[in-house]
Amino acid sequence: MTLVDPALAARVLERSLSRGGDFAELYVEARHGFAISLDDGRVERPQGGRERGACLRVVVGESSYYGHVDGHAEEDLMRVAGSVVQAVRGEATEPAALRAPERGNGHPVRTRPETVDAARKADLLRACDEHARSLAAEVTQVRASYAESRREVEVFNSTGRAAADDRSRVRLAVQVVARRSDRVETGSDNRGGHAGWELVEDDPEAVAGKAARRALALLDAVDAPTGRLPVVVGNGFGGVLLHEAVGHGLEADAVQKRASVYAGRLDDRLAEPFVTAYDDGSRPGDWGSDGIDDEGTPTRRTTVIEDGRLVSYLYDGLRARKDGVESTGNGRRESFRHLPLPRMTNTFFAPDDATPEGLIGEIDRGLYAVSFGGGQVEPATGDFVFGVSEGYLIEGGKVTSPVRGATLVGNGLEALAGVDGIADDLEIGSGYCGKAGQSVPAGVGQPHVRIRQLTVGGTAA
Amino acid sequence: MNLDDVTRRAVEAALEAGAADAEAWAEEGVSRRIRVYDGEVESLSDAGGRGVGVRAFVDGRSGYAFGTDLTDAGVVEVARSARDAAEAADPDEHGGLPDEFGTTQIEGLASSALSDWSTERKVELTLAVERAARERPGVTQVENAVYSDAEGNVALANSRGFAAGYDATQAWAYASAFAGEGSDLMTGMGVGLGRDPDALDPDAIGGEAAERALALVGARQPESRRCPVVLDAFVAASFIGFIGSMLSAEAVQRGRSLFADREGDEIADPALALGDDGTDPDGPASAPFDGEGSPSRRTRLIEGGRLLTFLFDVRTARRGGRSTTGNASRGSYRSPPSVGTTNLVLDPGEGTLEELFEQAGDGLYVTDVAGLHSGVNPVSGTFSVGASGRLIEGGEAAGPVRELTIASDLVSMLRTVRAVGAQTRWLPLGGSVKAPPILIGEMAVSGA
Repeated sequence: MTLVDPALAARVLERSLSRGGDFAELYVEARHGFAISLDDGRVERPQGGRERGACLRVVVGESSYYGHVDGHAEEDLMRVAGSVVQAVRGEATEPAALRAPERGNGHPVRTRPETVDAARKADLLRACDEHARSLAAEVTQVRASYAESRREVEVFNSTGRAAADDRSRVRLAVQVVARRSDRVETGSDNRGGHAGWELVEDDPEAVAGKAARRALALLDAVDAPTGRLPVVVGNGFGGVLLHEAVGHGLEADAVQKRASVYAGRLDDRLAEPFVTAYDDGSRPGDWGSDGIDDEGTPTRRTTVIEDGRLVSYLYDGLRARKDGVESTGNGRRESFRHLPLPRMTNTFFAPDDATPEGLIGEIDRGLYAVSFGGGQVEPATGDFVFGVSEGYLIEGGKVTSPVRGATLVGNGLEALAGVDGIADDLEIGSGYCGKAGQSVPAGVGQPHVRIRQLTVGGTAA
Repeated sequence: MNLDDVTRRAVEAALEAGAADAEAWAEEGVSRRIRVYDGEVESLSDAGGRGVGVRAFVDGRSGYAFGTDLTDAGVVEVARSARDAAEAADPDEHGGLPDEFGTTQIEGLASSALSDWSTERKVELTLAVERAARERPGVTQVENAVYSDAEGNVALANSRGFAAGYDATQAWAYASAFAGEGSDLMTGMGVGLGRDPDALDPDAIGGEAAERALALVGARQPESRRCPVVLDAFVAASFIGFIGSMLSAEAVQRGRSLFADREGDEIADPALALGDDGTDPDGPASAPFDGEGSPSRRTRLIEGGRLLTFLFDVRTARRGGRSTTGNASRGSYRSPPSVGTTNLVLDPGEGTLEELFEQAGDGLYVTDVAGLHSGVNPVSGTFSVGASGRLIEGGEAAGPVRELTIASDLVSMLRTVRAVGAQTRWLPLGGSVKAPPILIGEMAVSGA
């Protein structure tokens, strides 16, 4: 433990339970970050930051009392403990003695990003800019950004847990604007992981190329069709549909408040027998992976849908205690300024034995949704909406014209039940997931997946 | 050190490290958040925060760094990191500190009444919000009732002699209610905001959440059609927030706005008038000066349907040969300033919501949109977003609808505005926006 001495943590926990409480936890974090971007041909906005802080929480029954502070000094920690316990009314309880520190799954980081010169990060962005512009004269704007972060985390709690993690993430994102006469379109792509500089150093041009090809394809796009159509969703970031339309409804806070269509559906058959899905925060190097979650529970693979049946929700410690189960290692928080909530890590459909060509070949008229600009779901109803950022018509079993302005509208339970084919080409993409005002890195992925029918809201009404 | 000392020390340290110019923004504050569920406190927090961000300029390059350690050593380290970061940037002939600074006097940004409220009273208020929602017949659950407040101080100083600061307070509450059950479950949100909890009416906030959910019970997917659409104030605010972001000179100069080259053009129906106002004491985003020390002001953006100007900070103003409009915005000390809206204010028109329905005749009343930011192409302005609401039949609100999309493009939408409602309200959606409901002449509605 390098951020806070365990003896000090023990004193803080003792103070935290001095007016009662069932559980107390001290979460300590040191964050370092650096980001730089390129826009309009110019490298700009290099920025670095350092933050040290702590969050203390005391749980009494179903109520959580918490506070956070910028700093790790004894006086900072004792002051926040003192302010939190003021809201608690009861008899003092004793925390268990802290055990030896646990470290979760390691993720390989070959070159620590902070040891690489900022000038090389600027060159990385210039290489992306150059490559995208070299692909076509129609490429008029390139925006590229690089970001790295390191989070050293320590967790101590009144059950005696002491755990630590050291997380490095890097991410490269490129957005390209292409213009042909009056037509202006954008395309984007990114690459991110729980990894070191090596992840972005190798062939950054591939990211720029994909973004550029998306923008260029849209220049020839026709208006999106409207109506109920079969949809093949692309692998990798296409998994955001699973993330939004199913994953959020499996998070135990929504389930316990019955604010999820998946509440009370455990063991029910929700999908065809070849459909299996996981949440896995232990996958080496993936964007949503960590060693431990933000409550100190080691990350792991949780099967949420097995052979079409719903088999588990996603838990943090608080919700797991309420249901009398173990945490699934999904207690995550944006930073020491936030309370942990049940959150997805990397969520994806398991591969099956179809091929993308096979899935598409059986469709007479449909939509091939390669990637989404984002999406939103109301967990209580399962209703979702997604903007298709790269999509194509499927006609006579073949991918034909690119389409623009397509939106997929549907319901999670119906879409899940409608999955009628899964390919063998699993890929995990990187995104940011927002919930209750907290943003965390989340891996989304899948192989190519076909859904029997979805409502496509097009511009060609 | 107090905040003024922190910013002065940071500027001095950046110059000592070799910066030609420097600027420091520091903040400290406390915030509270209370969440209740089922008549009990679910979580309660009391938190303090502080930090400083430094912008350093070297040979036309600029770098930024921030940190939370406000000791002398901590501040000096942040200043040095900012100066070092600048090395990696390309020079920018339009960059640098503003040539002129200033502040605008605004009364009432901070309310002393906030400190008169004990935590117990705030918990009572939050419980009252929840109760107000739950008591309405037909409400099956209140998923969330949340109260939050913040009081903070800001200080800004730069190497050209600007030094100023201000205090501000905020209080807000919201609730999210459910009506109906199973696959017919619908949700609704109610919200209120002000400078202190006295400005929050728990019955109105909880009641609004309940009514918005209840109005959607039994919603069905409508048939596809093209028809007039009334956007309620929530939805109008979301669209206006998005349009405001397109009026940033940054987006325009970088070819990312559909409004580029449209200055002076008629881009909207003459009924539509929009401004950015960083000086309204009730506006959550109001402040005496912007993120780089230019005085806050009011800027008319659209009047009589004509696009009058874009929003500028100092850098985009130099590049465009214009003056700043005081729109250098800062999310917090953790990020450098960039062009952003303050409070967007859509001028009220005439007519109640019912009168807008009458004018619409047969159409759609949209009370919620989803996926606005992923569903709009910022460059072409075409959009297709998920929506729910009610049908309008014979000039009156009729059956509830869901699982539909509305599609158009922003310019066509602005040009076909047929009426603007009279009742405006502040909404924290898509930034800080004050908007009334509006009637759009025609949109494509996709359903079954």
